[in-house]
Amino acid sequence: MKSSNSKVAYFFLAPAVSAIFVFFFIPVIAAFIISFTDFDIYTLGDFSTLRFIGFDNYLRLLNDDLFWTALKNTFYFVVVASPLSIVVSLATAMLLNNKLIKFKAIFRLSYFIPVVTTLVAVAIVWRFIYHYDFGLVNYLLRIIGINPVDWLGNPTWAMPAIIMMSVWKNFGYNMIIFIAGLQNIPEELYDAAEIEGANWWQTFKSITFPMLAPTTIFISIITIIGYFQLFAEPYVMTQGGPLNSTLSIIQYMYQEGFRWWNMGYSASIAFFLFFIIFVVTLIQFKFQKSDSLQ
Amino acid sequence: MKKLFIYTFLIVTSIATLVPFLWMISASFMNDGHASVFPPRFFPDEFVITQYERLFSRLAITRNFLNSLILSVLVTFISLTFNSMAGYAFAKYRFVGKKKLFNLLLSSMIIPGQVTMLPLFLMLKSMGFINTYMAIIIPGLANIFGIFLIRQYCLSIPDSLIEAARIDGASDFLIYRKIILPIATPILATLAIFTFLGTWNDFLWPLIVLPEDSMYTLPVALANLMLEHTKDPELMMSGSVITILPVIIVFLALQKYYIRGIMMGSVKE
Repeated sequence: MKSSNSKVAYFFLAPAVSAIFVFFFIPVIAAFIISFTDFDIYTLGDFSTLRFIGFDNYLRLLNDDLFWTALKNTFYFVVVASPLSIVVSLATAMLLNNKLIKFKAIFRLSYFIPVVTTLVAVAIVWRFIYHYDFGLVNYLLRIIGINPVDWLGNPTWAMPAIIMMSVWKNFGYNMIIFIAGLQNIPEELYDAAEIEGANWWQTFKSITFPMLAPTTIFISIITIIGYFQLFAEPYVMTQGGPLNSTLSIIQYMYQEGFRWWNMGYSASIAFFLFFIIFVVTLIQFKFQKSDSLQ
Repeated sequence: MKKLFIYTFLIVTSIATLVPFLWMISASFMNDGHASVFPPRFFPDEFVITQYERLFSRLAITRNFLNSLILSVLVTFISLTFNSMAGYAFAKYRFVGKKKLFNLLLSSMIIPGQVTMLPLFLMLKSMGFINTYMAIIIPGLANIFGIFLIRQYCLSIPDSLIEAARIDGASDFLIYRKIILPIATPILATLAIFTFLGTWNDFLWPLIVLPEDSMYTLPVALANLMLEHTKDPELMMSGSVITILPVIIVFLALQKYYIRGIMMGSVKE
């Protein structure tokens, strides 16, 4: 029997819920309002200079080359890094889930270490791993006879370098979720496939992949949302360069808002990002719905 | 044959995930310039701790370390208290507006935190909290994911247990304190490690609200050091070791709870 004493419930809820209302919901609404104003460094000094300018910030965004560059870079990162990290996660999860394999805990642990470690610290380590003369990556390339690449100094290679590092850092997280998903697939399905003489690929296509679909959709959502918020990796490794080739939406928002104090403009960038994340999530929920109808 | 292939893949992947850390540790114990060699070294030619001495004496990283530690512990403790109270109420009480409030909280999880940063900064500034611990603690007082996780766990606690205590005359708060919290220890451990690591590893928010050297958390101090000492890999690696070490220790100690948290978070309604 549940207690229906509302007063006690509100007592338990009050600290958390009021903190969330005051320091989360109100700022969200305030940011939305600020995005329709010309809030800038002068407004910080004298609040009366604040003016509502309608959709001007959003219109300015559409004509801002640097914003389009940041948008393009972020999409590049999301579109390449998300599938890549999901494929690596799934592959390691499936191999680690194999019954023939021992020492699972040790493997799992070593894949997981990058996930928990501080992003800024590992980004610094990778900055030196990508070093042109002394870095590990170019050392390996030289061994197999490929010319070294100026990873972080070349506009073409800087983003792929950040993508590789991000996949390295994140795949362990999704791997854990995939392992949980794999363990939920009934063993009988695989036994049946074996009796039918199905090969590895057929088994994967007709059992593993469809059974994992809900897990994969969940993982895609959290991975894509997380990757859209790219910031610390380029901030530490390239500062958005070379030639803005790794400037991300969040870094642009940070620069406009907290370096130049163009807060109105910066808020419109933040809401643009929110809008993208919202649309992506809606699309993936649609997938989930159509999936569960089958 | 198949087994050999799988082991090869798993071992190569392990090497790929661990080698950057080995190189980091090795370089952190080298003299200036000794990490900038070809081919890369995985053991220091000469084992020295000068880089660590520099970090702690000249660069005053102790202060940054303490900032990170104090903030992570405080945020973990406070948010665990608030989240567990709210999560318990959502699981075990009936009250007006419960469903609406819960759905509102749940659906707002889609809003990226960066959206709130500008107004939050202005709010904290007007309260005089920029450059103080409060600037990190206030936005970390409670979080929706934590409430959700604890609610899910509390749903599995039998009502009869609570009823029995109530018949014995226990007050609501006493029930929460003496019955719910002990039963919920595993999920509290999970949430504690998530919150601790999240606060320790956070970068963008402390970068914004703690602009003074003495208030930097470790990641911010490290990023700033990086921009000044670009050509100093040995020093930077010792800084990275100092930043990562506590995280690894906490993770190794509470691994089980962390993994469980990831799995719980992925379970759908």
